[in-house]
Amino acid sequence: MLLRYRAREGMLAWAFHRISGVAIWLFVVVHVVDIYLVGGDPKAYNTVLQIYGSPIGRVAEVLLGAALLYHALNGLRILIIDLWPAMTVYHKALWYASWVIFVLVGIPGAFIILRPVIGPILGIGA
Amino acid sequence: MHVSLRIQRFDPDRDTASHWVEYGLDVDPMARVLDLLHQVKWEQDSSLAFRRSCGHGICGSDAMMINGRNRLACKIRVDQLGRKISVAPLPGLPVVKDLVVDMDGFFAKYRSVHPFLVNDDPPPAQERRQSQAQRAVFDDTTKCILCGACTSSCPSFWARPGYVGPAAIVNAHRFIFDSRDQGGEERLQILADRDGVWRCRTIFNCVDACPRGINITRAILEVSAAIVEKSA
Repeated sequence: MLLRYRAREGMLAWAFHRISGVAIWLFVVVHVVDIYLVGGDPKAYNTVLQIYGSPIGRVAEVLLGAALLYHALNGLRILIIDLWPAMTVYHKALWYASWVIFVLVGIPGAFIILRPVIGPILGIGA
Repeated sequence: MHVSLRIQRFDPDRDTASHWVEYGLDVDPMARVLDLLHQVKWEQDSSLAFRRSCGHGICGSDAMMINGRNRLACKIRVDQLGRKISVAPLPGLPVVKDLVVDMDGFFAKYRSVHPFLVNDDPPPAQERRQSQAQRAVFDDTTKCILCGACTSSCPSFWARPGYVGPAAIVNAHRFIFDSRDQGGEERLQILADRDGVWRCRTIFNCVDACPRGINITRAILEVSAAIVEKSA
């Protein structure tokens, strides 16, 4: 049903909210495990940190950051709509506004995370 | 204008599952999907089953999923849809035959919110008067025609068929905020249930689907706020 119904802004906003929520939850599970390793197995913890710092790990961090940022911004959108029901008429505009903030905050954030990987390629240093 | 009309068909006497059947039609761009369905039924296949009554967007009989979104077949025109048109029964409701769905559960939920004026005071000599401002509070929700397009477009309803659904909440809203009504507390109690207003995820499919342009999500949120205020 979900894939058969032609989604508009409201349904897409909700679907991305769910997907990003599940992604964040999965990271929290991984994070609980890696933090446990600090005391349980420091060598394994260092290995995990190396994975996080690798190019693939950094791309994953960018995706995690994107999920967190979208979830937070759309969460604010839902909060505004919930607290002021008159704002329901602007729900699409609020969603587009959240994407503008997403891009403005997300691109510099992604650049900072990826700089050690892409910096040398772009000739601007890590 | 030639259009390809795909209809999701299901005959409980013959079929084990629904299937798509395509019909080629020469139609006026200003024709409505209901006109196309009539054309198929009258000229190509009389076994096609669908509901319709007034044919003018008032009775709410011919809500169906048209090109992936819930619409009234008598309101949406070919020029709004293009040359490829698909028509399926309302999603999330049991199919009786072809485009006819079982609305019993939908109306049971509607009745569950007491969609009628509750006032035990003796009737006044004249009408129960109401100011324009008092009326404006619930004016939007008086427009519901109970077509079911909103409830059957709601992913929360698809996931949990027990959810009372947008249509029932809209009709509860219509009386909860009516200054002449005295049954608001009871309705708020009914809608504070786990299958009540809290199932709304502000997805707005209902608002998009409503052929009367009712701001359904706003109505749901106003009922939610009334429940919170009542319990505070």
